[in-house]
Amino acid sequence: MEPYRLLDPEGRLTGDLPDGLDADRLAGMMRLMLLGRRLDEKAIALQRRGKLGTYAPLSGQEAASVGSSFAMDTDVDRLVPQYREQLAMLHWGLPLGTYLLQRYGHPKGARLPEHGRLYPQQVALAAHAPHAVGLAWGMRLRGEPGAVICHFGDGASSEGDAHEAMNLAGVTDAPVIFVIQNNGWAISVPIASQTRGVIARRAEGVGIAGRRVDGNDVLAMYAATAEARRRAVEGGGATLIEAVTYRLGAHTTADDPTKYVDAAELEDARTRDPLVRFRTWMTAEGLWDDEREQAAIAWVDERIEEAVVEFDAAGPADPAAMFEHVFADEPPRLARQRAEYEAARELGS
Amino acid sequence: MTTQSMIEAIRATLEDEMARDERVMVLGEDVGTQGGVFRATEGLKQRFGADRVVDTPVAEAGIIGASIGLATAGMVPVAELQFLGFAHQAFHQIGFQLGRFRYRTLGAFPLQVTIRAPYGGAVHAPELHSDAFEAMLANAPGLKIVAPSTAADARGLLTAAIRDPDPVIYLEPLRGYRLVRDDVPDGDHLTPIGAVRIARPGTDVTVLAWSFQVVNALEAAELAAEEGIDVEVVDIRSLVPLDEAGIAASVTRTGRCVVVEEAPRTAGFGAELVATVQELCFLDLEAPIVRLSGWDTPYPMPLLERDYVPDTARILDAVRRTAAY
Ligand SMILES: Cc1ncc(C[n+]2csc(CCOP(=O)(O)OP(=O)(O)O)c2C)c(N)n1
Ligand SMILES: [Mg+2]
Repeated sequence: MEPYRLLDPEGRLTGDLPDGLDADRLAGMMRLMLLGRRLDEKAIALQRRGKLGTYAPLSGQEAASVGSSFAMDTDVDRLVPQYREQLAMLHWGLPLGTYLLQRYGHPKGARLPEHGRLYPQQVALAAHAPHAVGLAWGMRLRGEPGAVICHFGDGASSEGDAHEAMNLAGVTDAPVIFVIQNNGWAISVPIASQTRGVIARRAEGVGIAGRRVDGNDVLAMYAATAEARRRAVEGGGATLIEAVTYRLGAHTTADDPTKYVDAAELEDARTRDPLVRFRTWMTAEGLWDDEREQAAIAWVDERIEEAVVEFDAAGPADPAAMFEHVFADEPPRLARQRAEYEAARELGS
Repeated sequence: MTTQSMIEAIRATLEDEMARDERVMVLGEDVGTQGGVFRATEGLKQRFGADRVVDTPVAEAGIIGASIGLATAGMVPVAELQFLGFAHQAFHQIGFQLGRFRYRTLGAFPLQVTIRAPYGGAVHAPELHSDAFEAMLANAPGLKIVAPSTAADARGLLTAAIRDPDPVIYLEPLRGYRLVRDDVPDGDHLTPIGAVRIARPGTDVTVLAWSFQVVNALEAAELAAEEGIDVEVVDIRSLVPLDEAGIAASVTRTGRCVVVEEAPRTAGFGAELVATVQELCFLDLEAPIVRLSGWDTPYPMPLLERDYVPDTARILDAVRRTAAY
């Protein structure tokens, strides 16, 4: 099944530019993609210095994240992400410093934006997919505008939760868009061992719309997601988008991909770099040049620096946070444990 | 004897059992080419091939459910759950299917299934990777549950688990994988399932623990000894079936008991131990049993986990209080 594509690998536009993308928005997409690439470098360096927990780099998947995110209306739409959606989460207003604190294991890293349209990143694979369906279903029942976008991986797509969610989305006419990031790998397991089928074809089996898209083509990702969103808000139900892309980095900083990734395959994947493809087209269109690139990099570095300052300023983790928000009101038995804990802390433990 | 870390002992045991019995196979996420995210299955695929060392899709219910089918077909599956936290995705297969298949079928099928799962906290793992869910498993009848705290037992219990006719859940301490090293007997070494190990003999207070908490308890015992309190550390190591006689013998001797576990307190497996000691040793007890556990909160963010998981200082304090009662 040939993936839908608007930019060919050489960066030539092969169809119409999607509606809603003026020069500013296109530059915004470019900037967010650049931020992703540099954030990986910075975060990996921080992790090496013990300042971050395990970090999941996103390099190679910038177009799939950014294209699908820009096609949504963050003022009304909601994001229910897997753990590699840093860029989508930032697009929905998560402060970068908060994101870094989360990766560091700091309780302050759990704070989500007040607007309530960003859900926490999911670590238990596909467990969030049914949440996204329920959320979209509930929005429909309550007559709220907008749609839900839910990202997860090719590995996660094998979980029962993923299959149940997609089928449930069909029968509830939920305005939800599943973006399956098929990056070729689930840690060390290649897509060929994950499934013998084409992920996008599963949509047909559960009666929702499905599309296989070149996930390294930010314009195609934008167009396919915009179309899915239109369908969702017009009452046409759910869509499954399979973004065919490639994980250029390690699974996480705890992983050594040289053990299982074929060097030639990786080199080949690098020739399909989504950033290079988009930059080539933008440059040819006169929408991008060295000056703009330098300005964007300066903007990106500034944002990352600010985030690191915020991160450093967070102070030590407050242990009291451990007992907060277990219930709306703390039951007496938990209060007694909190007291026991305070006493134990006096022991210097 | 060979000195090994726990992870080395586990890997070597899997290799030896696969060499010994061609029905033994390993299946799970990343167990093949990569040799497991903790290297527990390193080299096995190269030696035994992709039919016996299988990289499965990310589908825990499928892995365990298929293991039941494989076992009834005459294979001996050793399934790996990458972390015990992801046993939830397979819980109906574990609790309702695997644990009951013998009972439902009046023993008509072989059920030689082993499930290996790393677990436990204080290793700075991401969210949902550190919880201790032994009690949920123990509350499902028909499953044996073992949790070694030494490399020797890692080998002995894994060998016993794989050869056991019943399903066995084999819990591996993440924290102890590389930290714990000791002498492992060469050759066929089986640790009987259902027998405690006296990790340190003592006369004054019994500490009941399993998995990595045994290491903490031993450290606390050394500190207590400096204060003149002689602690006996009993490594439970088999939660189901439970060695009631072994536990009762120790507590009857010392008359004082501390129970340590990492799980949330409410309905943790430690509660089962307290109730058992109370039933069997009531007249021998000189002090109330003290229980240490995690708190009744979700497992916290990594920077706070040291405040959640019981440690040496908390165990020492509990020992002192019990001894002074
Ligand atoms: C339910 C569950 N099972 C297993 C894991 C362990 N695990 C973490 S990431 C991963 C692979 C996920 O692959 P994919 O969904 O393709 O996402 P990617 O990492 O490629 O972005 C696995 C098996 C988990 N987090 N959750
Ligand atoms: Mg993947």
